[in-house]
Amino acid sequence: MAFEIGDRSFDSRLILGTGGFRNLELMARAVEASGAEMATVAMRRVDPSARGSILEVLDDAGCFVLPNTAGCFTARDAVTTARLAREALGTDWVKLEVIGDDRTLLPEPGDLLEAAETLVADGFTVLPYTSDDPILARRLEDAGCAAVMPLGSPIGSGMGINNPYNLRLIVEQARVPVILDAGVGTASDATLAMEMGCSGVLLASAVSRAEDPAAMARAMRLAVEAGFEARRAGRIPRRLHGEASSPAEGVAELTWPPS
Amino acid sequence: MTMVSINGERRDLPGEATVETAVREAGVEREGRGVAVAVDGEVVPRGQWSGTALREGQQVEVLHAVQGG
Repeated sequence: MAFEIGDRSFDSRLILGTGGFRNLELMARAVEASGAEMATVAMRRVDPSARGSILEVLDDAGCFVLPNTAGCFTARDAVTTARLAREALGTDWVKLEVIGDDRTLLPEPGDLLEAAETLVADGFTVLPYTSDDPILARRLEDAGCAAVMPLGSPIGSGMGINNPYNLRLIVEQARVPVILDAGVGTASDATLAMEMGCSGVLLASAVSRAEDPAAMARAMRLAVEAGFEARRAGRIPRRLHGEASSPAEGVAELTWPPS
Repeated sequence: MTMVSINGERRDLPGEATVETAVREAGVEREGRGVAVAVDGEVVPRGQWSGTALREGQQVEVLHAVQGG
């Protein structure tokens, strides 16, 4: 079943962040193993000594490039960064990040909403990295964002989904895709997000900083698929007591002599 | 000479310097694919690089895509 965001359609529901890989070769292998069709990049000052081009690697992999506004602490900086990315990459899609502080890397809600409104009005397809606050998620959706991307836990923390209750509320109310963004540490976190009804998962560090990034990328691909299929299949309810799956009738009487 | 800041470094450019001059000075090769420029915090579209003169003290940022996110 296709994954639709804005005016695009993807087969893979895993979006790969490209930050943290030790080199472009490891990144290229992980992108391939992940099956991801969309990958994020950041905008930074040109470094004439840098070797290789991330854009070529992602083009070769057939990945749609999603620029982010990482490193921005104000709405103004994030809007300018999105416009620079549009100019550099020829895309009006943006992963909108406005960070509130350096230590937690949690989103700055006021500036995030302001930047989202400005960029939507400017014709961007906005995918905001947001906190797990259902009210903020609804405001972002009302502002015209093409998806909402709540965190499971802080960026790079690998703590998984800290507040499943909030994530459930966000999924329940959303009319746009909900993409879990940030906090994934291992495969089961990604599966849980999909089982809870997320439309996709965006992760970087869990793969890029894993001992074997390509192997973890494959694990994440399978995890996202498993969670999606399990959600669609419809799980059984949780019960306090056991319920036998073999028939209770027709059980042989094997105690001898009969009592 | 025109003294400007290019990616945080002070540079003296020839008198007739444009955004295009600054982009070359930043180390970008000819075609500049994947590159974007802001002067004093405002985006300057590629088509306007060669026609936009730089003034003394302006702050030029020349950016491209890197691993991230």
